[in-house]
Parts: sequence; C-alpha cells; structure tokens
Amino acid sequence: MAENVYFEDVNVGDDIPSFTRQTDLMHWNRYAAVNDEFVYIHMDDEAGRAAANEPGAFGMGNLRWAYLLNMLREWVGDEVDVRELGVQFRAINQKNDVLTCVGTITEKIEENGEHLVRLDTNVINQDGNATCPGHAVVALPSRG
Amino acid sequence: MADEPTTLVTQEMIDTRDVWSEKVYSRPISLNDIIKWGIAVYWPDDPPRIYWDEEYAKTTKYGGIIAPQDFNPFAWPVPRPPARELPKDPGVGERGMNGGQTDRYGVPMRPGDVISTSSALVDWNERVGSLGLTIFTYTEVRWENQNGELVKSRTSVGIRY
Repeated sequence: MAENVYFEDVNVGDDIPSFTRQTDLMHWNRYAAVNDEFVYIHMDDEAGRAAANEPGAFGMGNLRWAYLLNMLREWVGDEVDVRELGVQFRAINQKNDVLTCVGTITEKIEENGEHLVRLDTNVINQDGNATCPGHAVVALPSRG
Repeated sequence: MADEPTTLVTQEMIDTRDVWSEKVYSRPISLNDIIKWGIAVYWPDDPPRIYWDEEYAKTTKYGGIIAPQDFNPFAWPVPRPPARELPKDPGVGERGMNGGQTDRYGVPMRPGDVISTSSALVDWNERVGSLGLTIFTYTEVRWENQNGELVKSRTSVGIRY
C-alpha cells in the first residue's frame, strides 16, 4: 500500500512516527558521494576543530533535511505529498550522534478541496537537544 | 581602527534585488543517480521501492520511479566550480552562518528530467543583535522541469555579521 494515513484519522496534537539514525562517517561519506559534498569539515577531525567544533568533523545539514523528508514518507507512505518543509540549523551533528526526527500535527486545513496538515518538526539528538526546529505541510488523502 | 560600518547592505545587493539569474540546466536525471541518492539517505536500510523498483512504482499514483524530494540534480558539475576562499581574519559583515531554509514542492523529479535553476536575492533586513550589526538576506531558488512545471522553490536565509 502506497498510503498509510488519511486526513480523517489524524488529530491536532498527534505525534507522528519518528525516524532515527546514528550518524558517522559511513553516512556522511555516502551523502558526500551523491551530493558532491566533500568538504574537509565533514571528513577530517582536524578541519572540524579548526572550524571551532572541538569534537572534530561534523555532519551535513542537508542530511538532516533528508532524514526529515524520510520521516514524512515513512509516516504517510510512498505516495506522500509533502508540500513544504522549513528548518533552522541550530546545533551541530557530531560524530555518532543518534538523531531522531520528530513531528507533531499543529493544524488541519481543508482548502480548495485539499486536506492539509501542518506539523512542527525537529531533529533531536541523544542528549535531548533540538538541533533543527522547523515545520512541514503535507497533503493527506481523504476518505471523503 | 577603521570605523564600524553602519550598514551591511551593498550597492550590488540593491542593484540585483529581484533580478533573476540566467537559468542553468542539469544533465538529464539518471535512474542510477536516484537509486544511489536513496541508498545514501536511508543508509543502512534499503530505500523505499518508489526510488528503485519500476514495476512497483508503476502501481503508484506517480506511474513510475520518482526521485527523493531532496535529490540534487546539480551535484557534480563540470567544469568544476572554483573552491570558495574564506577570509582568514573576517571582519564585520564577512562572518556568516546558515539561517535555515524553506522548500515548497511542486511536481516530483523523474528519470530523464532536465531541471533548470534560477535564483534571486529577494529581500533583507538588518538589526543590531548579540553579534553586533547583523544582516539577514533572503534568496529564492526556483527549479523547473523540462515542461516548465515547478519542482521546488527554496527560500534560504543567510546571516552575515
């Protein structure tokens, strides 16, 4: 089934299923390979420290962005219709961080025959720090 | 000591505000690039079948394989762009950070699509904050496919201080 969730089944305040990855060079290097993002600060601890990140190399913001989209796709299914995603990058993704993407429905909107939900989203690390506050708008199928 | 600037708005910014850059075109998107992208962003799990299994993808509303919405068809350009030189001892207005971004999505990208990109500086505002004089710049990037359909519109916020 390409869709798991219908507009009528969700409510404001619902948390959607999270998406988690523990990231290290295996993840960052693969992402660098597809996005042409070979930057020393993402590969080399010395370069990371020179960029004022004491633990060393750190992860790409774009990869967290991808994880947020993955969360929305796994929630709704392969036919998910993500209309909007916005984030602020507030904290660094350190090596071996366990990143958990989360989302909470904040609004249900019916307009122009469409059924939209707005969500607050974030990427939380293993220390409970919110690294990436943002929002998403997703069009859901309706049973109507 | 040189006087601190009273504004970080440059004449170039004023001259280019709302002026859209000439379109740049991607190479045709390859299925292999979509598959590799899916593997990278889902690692260590397998990516969803919609990104690699044509028979399955035909049964969905898309009627075929699509690319992840974060897929970048402009990765790996040739000729290679010059490396960006960062100032060694940055002064006021030369320090920067990423203030975030918002994407609005249109139609999905598919194998064979040729995507165009164009961008414009659309707005800015300045204030004196904890970092001193700080400017927030808003740049919009618009991607369209070969049929002129909107794929993505991104607003990025740049911060300089």
